[in-house]
Amino acid sequence: MDRIKVFMLGWEFPPFISGGLGTACYGLTKAMDQLGIYVTFVLPKMVDSKYSTHVNLLTPDSRTPTSTVKFREFKNVIFHTINSPLQPYSTAEVYQQRIEENLRQKYTSHTNVTSEYSGSLDYNSDMYTEVHRYAEVAVELAEHEHYDLVHAHDWMTYPAGIAVSAIKERPLIVHVHSTEFDRSGEHVNQMIYDIEREGMERADKVIAVSHYTRNIIISRYGISGEKVEVVYNGVERNGNDNWILAETGIEKDEKIVLFLGRITMQKGPEYFLHAAKKVLDVVDNVKFVMAGSGDLIHRAVEMAAELGIGQKVLFTGFLRGEDVRKIYKMADLYVMPSVSEPFGIAPLEALDNDVPVIISKQSGVSEVLMHALKVDFWDVNEIANKIVAVLKYPPLQMTLRNHGNFEVRKLRWKDSAQRCAQIYGETLMQLNKCIS
Amino acid sequence: MASICFYFQVHQPLRLRHYTVFDKNSHYFDDYKNSSICRKVANKCYLPSNRLLLDIIRRFEGRFRIAYSITGVLLEQLHSFSPEVMSTFDALAETGCVEFLAETYYHSLSFLYSRDEFIEQVNKHSETIEYLFGQRPRVFRNTELIYNNDLAALVESMGKFDAIISEGANHILGLRSPNFVYRPKHCEKLKLLLKNYSLSDDIAFRFSNRNWPEWPLTADKFARWVSDVNGNGNVVNLFMDYETFGEHQWEDTGIFDFMRHLPEKILRHPDNDFKTPSEIVRTYDPVDTVDVPHLISWADTERDLSAWLGNAMQSNAIHELYRLEKKIKNTSDEKIISDWRKLQVSDHFYYMCTKYFADGDVHKYFNPYDSPYDSYINFMNVLNNLQSRCAKPALLNTKSMTNNALRGENYLTEQATESICQP
Repeated sequence: MDRIKVFMLGWEFPPFISGGLGTACYGLTKAMDQLGIYVTFVLPKMVDSKYSTHVNLLTPDSRTPTSTVKFREFKNVIFHTINSPLQPYSTAEVYQQRIEENLRQKYTSHTNVTSEYSGSLDYNSDMYTEVHRYAEVAVELAEHEHYDLVHAHDWMTYPAGIAVSAIKERPLIVHVHSTEFDRSGEHVNQMIYDIEREGMERADKVIAVSHYTRNIIISRYGISGEKVEVVYNGVERNGNDNWILAETGIEKDEKIVLFLGRITMQKGPEYFLHAAKKVLDVVDNVKFVMAGSGDLIHRAVEMAAELGIGQKVLFTGFLRGEDVRKIYKMADLYVMPSVSEPFGIAPLEALDNDVPVIISKQSGVSEVLMHALKVDFWDVNEIANKIVAVLKYPPLQMTLRNHGNFEVRKLRWKDSAQRCAQIYGETLMQLNKCIS
Repeated sequence: MASICFYFQVHQPLRLRHYTVFDKNSHYFDDYKNSSICRKVANKCYLPSNRLLLDIIRRFEGRFRIAYSITGVLLEQLHSFSPEVMSTFDALAETGCVEFLAETYYHSLSFLYSRDEFIEQVNKHSETIEYLFGQRPRVFRNTELIYNNDLAALVESMGKFDAIISEGANHILGLRSPNFVYRPKHCEKLKLLLKNYSLSDDIAFRFSNRNWPEWPLTADKFARWVSDVNGNGNVVNLFMDYETFGEHQWEDTGIFDFMRHLPEKILRHPDNDFKTPSEIVRTYDPVDTVDVPHLISWADTERDLSAWLGNAMQSNAIHELYRLEKKIKNTSDEKIISDWRKLQVSDHFYYMCTKYFADGDVHKYFNPYDSPYDSYINFMNVLNNLQSRCAKPALLNTKSMTNNALRGENYLTEQATESICQP
């Protein structure tokens, strides 16, 4: 068979990431690239001048509403970015804020950095119109492309995926990295749910990042189990870096327990804080670091104060790249008390950085990690019990770290990409069968 | 002549309850789980097996003979939760065809960490067996058949035993056969009985395995294999967990029927007989000495100690446990000492094993915990509480109660912080 050409629809990519989705798209496409799969990656890129400087972007053509970007490290992947303030984990309110912020920047900016924006874009539109605008532009792009199938990552790209797959009658694969039930609990946004459901229904195959998510797809979206496949995420190894741990010069006399993730309902920050309170009742020389931003950040700061542990909880805001690496090096333990976590790449990164992890049982990653401590997110007492144990019993930390670091090496993006390629092959074969 | 020597290991661990760092209560064991498992195993294995073997013994009028090693921790549980099993063991003891072996009362690894404690536990066990079944054990088996030259020497020096039992591991026997009586290196009198692991495991592990080319294993076939030993050996030591019958191999595998017919098939060959370990020792002389400088056991394919002491958590937990020995014994508080001893049950450390953990094999089947990490945390939390109990009587003995009590409390918190401070 010829090499497969995939038209891939994503919505974030390093360094423009706000969560695990960008990391996953990066890892997956990079591994596909190495497998020799042709990928055209369409991306709604919110250009934020703060971060656009240190990427290997080819100069974008500012005339069209899309721009073609090629990363040096990719051979078979072409990136198209569509200028859009789309953000994967946004609520409508946050989206509005970002638009206003950008408009303000535009007025004050005298440089050409933001000239990439096409003036014809309607920034007053709401998030849902934006999803459809993204679809329109994607369709325009797709008309000039040749591809075997369409692979869409998460709900905001599903309308685009449906449209792009329809115009050339190519099969559609939707990749579910998270569902509305993970993000919003029982208070689902009906509109998003409908988009998700339509995407899954119209798809030829649905890829779930875990069995946990597959179950949600089947039970909450009524999708037939036959077409839902599980492809676990991998982790990007940071490689040679491990041996200089001792030379980072970080000196500390206190233990550090880390929460790293968006500070939103889904990630369970309040369970982290309540557990911290309990830990501090019995252990003194420990600090709790909450790295990340999100709509609950102010609530979290307040809560730490209310619990009387304000001086023991540090908020760092959103961290990227080197800073993430640094915080992992300082941390003695990583805690992910997510209420509902489709996968959870961060614990793998923590383990890769030699930090043992406590993860919620309500997560996909707990299906693949054996050498991790597992808790029910609501069981604050048990979370605290396990945090104390890791701080108190060095052999526990050591065994978790050694085995965990080893275990993480088995979770490679290459395998995820291979599994996707297999699903592509099966999908195309089914299609051919139907035609003939 | 081939003498078949059956010895059954009868043991159930004492499972700890979920115990967090915030727990203060000195009740450590999960009574509900322990009692329900004990009753379940009693119904599936102990009762039907005891009745079956009693029946066979009576049928063969002394020609079918067996041995048991029952741990103290199980005897206590049977006494509380399934007394009817105790009466069937009584009946077996009264037939005169059943021998009871000696071991550590708490199914412990004490030999490795404290000789004093080891000897105390062996004596306690022998006394209990004598009290319950009216016979003083003459043959010793160590927990999990853990064995080396030093153990043999120690057991001989105790002067109470004629023989010791261990695993007939290839790497200690070389080309020699386990079907003879041996002498441990450096021992004068003590004899060594080695498990024929191949024939034992045919029953204990492979009996119901349909992928095994020999499946189904019939009494006829097994009797033939045993009879083949005639001419190349004196004994066939079939040592296995008693739970093989009805628990590891369920009743519907036909294991009870197999056992029901086996003695008859074996005795059909005129050169075969059944003997208890002590009778073996009286009948046969050692043919050679066996040198075992390194520790062996009957576990896993490695036949080593890695299932109990293979990782840092296991060795930390057990070291911390035995480090407390003096402190514990100084309290002279029977409840504290008995709790400490119950923490020595080897299963606690087995649960912390990370070997094969990811593969989900037999280790998992017997493990009440979701992960080895959970079991270590639980154990250490319990151990910490036990340790804190040792400190209390000392406070009461001091003259100025209040002052010292205060200081004592400070001391405790200081200690707690200290251990956390360790890198």
